[in-house]
Amino acid sequence: MKPSRLSLLLAGLLLAGGAHAAAADHVRASHAWIRVLPGALPAGAYVTLENDGDQPVALSGADSTVYADVMLHRSSTAGGMSRMSMVDSLEVPAHGKAVLAPAGYHLMLMQPKAPVKAGDTVRLTLKFTDGSTLATDFVARPANALDDTGH
Amino acid sequence: MKPRRTRPFLLLLLLFATGLLLGGCGSTPLPFRLTNISGHMPDLDFRLTDDSGKPVTGADYRGKVVLLYFGYTHCPDVCPLTLAQLHVVMQRLGPLADGARILFVSVDPARDTPAIMHAYVNAFDKRAVGLVGDARSVEALSKRYRSAFTREPSSADGTYEVSHSSAIYVFDNHGRARVLATPSASQDDLVHDLHLLLDPGINP
Ligand SMILES: [Cu+2]
Repeated sequence: MKPSRLSLLLAGLLLAGGAHAAAADHVRASHAWIRVLPGALPAGAYVTLENDGDQPVALSGADSTVYADVMLHRSSTAGGMSRMSMVDSLEVPAHGKAVLAPAGYHLMLMQPKAPVKAGDTVRLTLKFTDGSTLATDFVARPANALDDTGH
Repeated sequence: MKPRRTRPFLLLLLLFATGLLLGGCGSTPLPFRLTNISGHMPDLDFRLTDDSGKPVTGADYRGKVVLLYFGYTHCPDVCPLTLAQLHVVMQRLGPLADGARILFVSVDPARDTPAIMHAYVNAFDKRAVGLVGDARSVEALSKRYRSAFTREPSSADGTYEVSHSSAIYVFDNHGRARVLATPSASQDDLVHDLHLLLDPGINP
């Protein structure tokens, strides 16, 4: 009886661990796209994040082998002025979603190591504040695209 | 009964007189949907360099309806969105759009060269022109339209952040300021107002 009790306990611990699994395990990424700009100009990356977990999670940024630097930014317009500012993290509420879209939150991709052109797929590793990561493929769209569908 | 009958005539007379008055000021009143700035902002005037490296002035764009917008190429989010939306507006205008030019004025003279501006604006629309100039010329143009921009150092790596006016100023083909569109303005309204300015049947 003892060994099986131990294994039950272990299983229980594992399950408990599962309930507190890494943030990235509960996040689904969709509509991931990059607006490609000419030359080595910085580009904006957009994605919709859905969290099916019972706890909020927070995106803190991303890494990429294609861009030397990636920052989480937010654009805002107030008093007829547009500006961009850096943000530390963006919360994805429990059973909710966060949208990175033009004129709001975006990942700013800087210093491409090789030219990225419309139609390319670029993998970004999304980083969450608990240290977990989610590799996501972003499709590169032309400069004058309005969203990920090509309109 | 009698006064009632004369009223439409008086109204017509009044309308006619108003038309003459406004006509005297130079522009025909048009039923704009966006903020009408006719007579409230100075005519299009500047001395800048276009994206082919040629010196240009406001007078060089007489004969075209001008959409004036301030921004910078290291702006990966709001500027491209605005220019992409203007491209859609131009597409919706069809052949009439050939009578319009998008003038994208850089507020970042330190980084924006004519060559970079050329590549940038053409990625959005063939009827867009990038304009650069020294800080003073750009400031003069910006002040002329009560627009503003600031540059402030951001992080230790020496980069800086730019904030800039988000409005789009529309001028008729005589260089007269006519309407002001904010980025949240509906595309339908912008198409509607540009149509009024571009259609020779409406605005000869
Ligand atoms: Cu940014």
